[in-house]
Amino acid sequence: MSTTTTKIDNRAEVLDAARAALTPEIVAFIEECTADEHVHSHLIRVLHKVQGHYGYLSAEQMDAVAQLLQVPTSRVTGVATFYHFFRLEPRGKYMLSVCLGTACYVKGAERIADKLQEELGIHFGETTKDKLFSLEATRCLGTCGLAPVVMIEDKVYGGMEPDQVPALIGKYAKMAQEEKKA
Amino acid sequence: MNTTVLNTYQELVNAAKARLAEACPENTIRIQVGSATCENAAGALEVWQEFEKSIRTSGRKDILLHRTGCTGRCSREPIVGIFVPGKMPVKYQQVDRDMAHQIFMHHVLGGELMGEQVLDRPDTAPDYQVLVCDAQHCGCCINGSAVETFRQQLAAAELDAKKVQLIPTGCLGFCSMPRAEHTTSVHIRPDNIVYNVKSVEDVARIVKEHLVEGRVVESLVSNETSINQGFFNLYGDVVFFNRQKRIALRNAGVINPESLDEYIQYSGFKALNDVLGKGDPDWVVDQVTLSQLRGRGGGGFPTGLKWKLTRQNVKDECYIICNADEGDPGAFMDRSMLESDPFSVIEGMIIAGYAVGATRGFFYVRAEYPLAIKRIEHAIGVCRKNGLLGKNILGSDYSLDLEIRLGAGAFVCGEETALIHSIEGERGQPRIRPPFPAQSGLWGKPTCINNVETFANIPALFVFGADWFRKVGTEKSGGTKVFALAGKINHTGLVEVPMGATIREVVYNIGGGVAKGKSLKGVQTGGPAGGIIPVSLIDTPIDYDTLGKMGSIMGSGGMIVLDEDDCMVDVAKFFITFCQDESCGKCTPCREGTKRMLEILERITAGKGEAGDIEKLERLAMLVKNSSLCGLGKAAPNPVLSTIKHFRAEYEAHIHDKRCVSRKCKALIKYEVDADKCVGCTMCARNCPVDCISGTRKEPHLIDQGKCIKCGRCFEVCRFDAVNRL
Repeated sequence: MSTTTTKIDNRAEVLDAARAALTPEIVAFIEECTADEHVHSHLIRVLHKVQGHYGYLSAEQMDAVAQLLQVPTSRVTGVATFYHFFRLEPRGKYMLSVCLGTACYVKGAERIADKLQEELGIHFGETTKDKLFSLEATRCLGTCGLAPVVMIEDKVYGGMEPDQVPALIGKYAKMAQEEKKA
Repeated sequence: MNTTVLNTYQELVNAAKARLAEACPENTIRIQVGSATCENAAGALEVWQEFEKSIRTSGRKDILLHRTGCTGRCSREPIVGIFVPGKMPVKYQQVDRDMAHQIFMHHVLGGELMGEQVLDRPDTAPDYQVLVCDAQHCGCCINGSAVETFRQQLAAAELDAKKVQLIPTGCLGFCSMPRAEHTTSVHIRPDNIVYNVKSVEDVARIVKEHLVEGRVVESLVSNETSINQGFFNLYGDVVFFNRQKRIALRNAGVINPESLDEYIQYSGFKALNDVLGKGDPDWVVDQVTLSQLRGRGGGGFPTGLKWKLTRQNVKDECYIICNADEGDPGAFMDRSMLESDPFSVIEGMIIAGYAVGATRGFFYVRAEYPLAIKRIEHAIGVCRKNGLLGKNILGSDYSLDLEIRLGAGAFVCGEETALIHSIEGERGQPRIRPPFPAQSGLWGKPTCINNVETFANIPALFVFGADWFRKVGTEKSGGTKVFALAGKINHTGLVEVPMGATIREVVYNIGGGVAKGKSLKGVQTGGPAGGIIPVSLIDTPIDYDTLGKMGSIMGSGGMIVLDEDDCMVDVAKFFITFCQDESCGKCTPCREGTKRMLEILERITAGKGEAGDIEKLERLAMLVKNSSLCGLGKAAPNPVLSTIKHFRAEYEAHIHDKRCVSRKCKALIKYEVDADKCVGCTMCARNCPVDCISGTRKEPHLIDQGKCIKCGRCFEVCRFDAVNRL
């Protein structure tokens, strides 16, 4: 007969694993949030923080957040999938956002979007094979005066024409190459 | 009156004044650079750095670099202002690094105007500009027209436009001031003097003494400072600005959004001082009710009533929320206000919090607005440090603190119950009302939610009086509305006009008309939940009620100008795509209805429309409108219904004749080479991505319609207009 005892309370281990899955800074932020009487209300803020660091939300990190904030994982996943801003897949080095707001649309943003998809060989929400570019459509960047606009990381390119797309992509591809060399 | 409050406020004012006088002594030359998301995107940061460098190398101590938010003149950004004491304020447009250097060398150091680059390229650089109020309350007091009287007097004194320029403007904002009956306000630049004029003799004196001899006519000078004096002094010469009436945007482009001192200099926190000094929340609610301010987020619910209802339900805790989840594509006024004048929104929130009895306040901001978030964070920090937020505000017994909560890109979160769920950390789905948030909102407590623009109006409403605010607008709706003017318009930007202004005034007089000389087809208002107003109705005065009657809504104030090249079926499809994508999925009519409507519209624009499609669309649209749970679903069909109502013929042409009159829908157009015009240069054939154009050099070419993908490349590259789009 086996004499091994089953440990019933593994809470300490689970919490340690959760802390290890995140950076100390994020863990400290979560602990700060738990001081509020409405702890759960901080979930979206915490997810922003996690995505801000890792670029996306992995299953492991969402689990960790659930443990540390003491909310069900199903609720974390529910929130993460509801809001457009959260990504569940890693993104490419450069995030390309095409504004499809009304002002950009009437000024021909669709043609820019088509050209970008054609040049990169991917659709919206996808990342190129070399992990260099991710493409997404955004709703109004609030720079309607420059319509149609494309945003790469946080740099806005206004008054775009389909013809300018290849050169723009080329510029970033070259930048990445030079960074690699250096 | 609570004297502690009054004294605390007076100390703040004195300290601000002293610090400003030290930082910017008299005779300082000011270089003003805009800095908001849009300005920065257009290159304002590089321009700022260039000026910093130039000032440093020049070694001059009397030149100050001044940061402001944005004025809302988007298509001309970055805008740089050069303010030399005693000289006319000058603004330069679309400045880049090189130009910044040139402006510094020639204008700031050399005193030489660079006429070509000045905003809107005025023809003259006169010694004086006379801005005469031409609004209906004011402008007709002297001999029927103050402007005409000035024109005659200037001609008599032989002052031509090169010396004195006469500029009729919209309301200068003095109508509310205690002053003699039947007077007209006149603003003289660059001296920044405002006169109250009531007779031909007064006009003659101003022309002779001030404009010819250079002496201020003291007896006619207005003792008051109007809400727009600072703004008009900087921007009054530009038509885009001087036909506007700025209340919510009063400080945008005038003050540094990160400087509490500058905000205080322009009557900042005076309203809070009055409110807390008086110490009567019911009075505050009454004033807002009297002003007829209605919610600027789109619904148009009377703000005073909302505050009253919330106040009635408070037992212990109560919350105040600022809805800054500006999700409408094409609307950017909230972002601009938060980036250009955050203190004003905070002051409005504290006053609202006091009126309803709020114990905690929240800013719910889109995560897509990083600069706005940064500016509010900064402003909240500064307010805490100066006793304007936190315990015992301004020494009163009222305490309130504000926190920021970020959205995460869900359009439906603009709906108040969805927004509350989002702050609670849940999926942002709406719920059935009642209970309304005023009864049971955040964490089950009474909650008052107002939009950014509503809060931005509050301080001005108290400084200048509820009665004044009410008079600015129409019978049922007080104040102004900010519109984000974009699309096929010459001057894209933010436009604030009194309620009751017409679309013609906004599009033609302020916006400079339709771009590229095309003709106006309609104006889309209210974002994805709004509708399209055809050109035949652009003379209707606009407020919440009239827009509703035309099948549109005020919404948050997006105004997209559409020209002859825009297909109305395609535009309806665009908005339904948006709503279908943003539908949260909770209720069936919205989730399924928008999808089915989209399918029908896709069919029509693909040339596969069937007889009866329009009726099917109408039936579905009414069903979704009547049975959806929240405002998103209830309003989603508006673009479809309003386009069918006003542009039914376009739908019919798509369905029956398989024709798109605007030549926008790809499936319904074809490209053909005009053999008479084609010279056989082979340009089109070389650019065709599918090689469907054949022909030999110097012979007319031919497009193979079977293979053509209708990309329009040939049409764009032909230099002889030989490719026709049919």
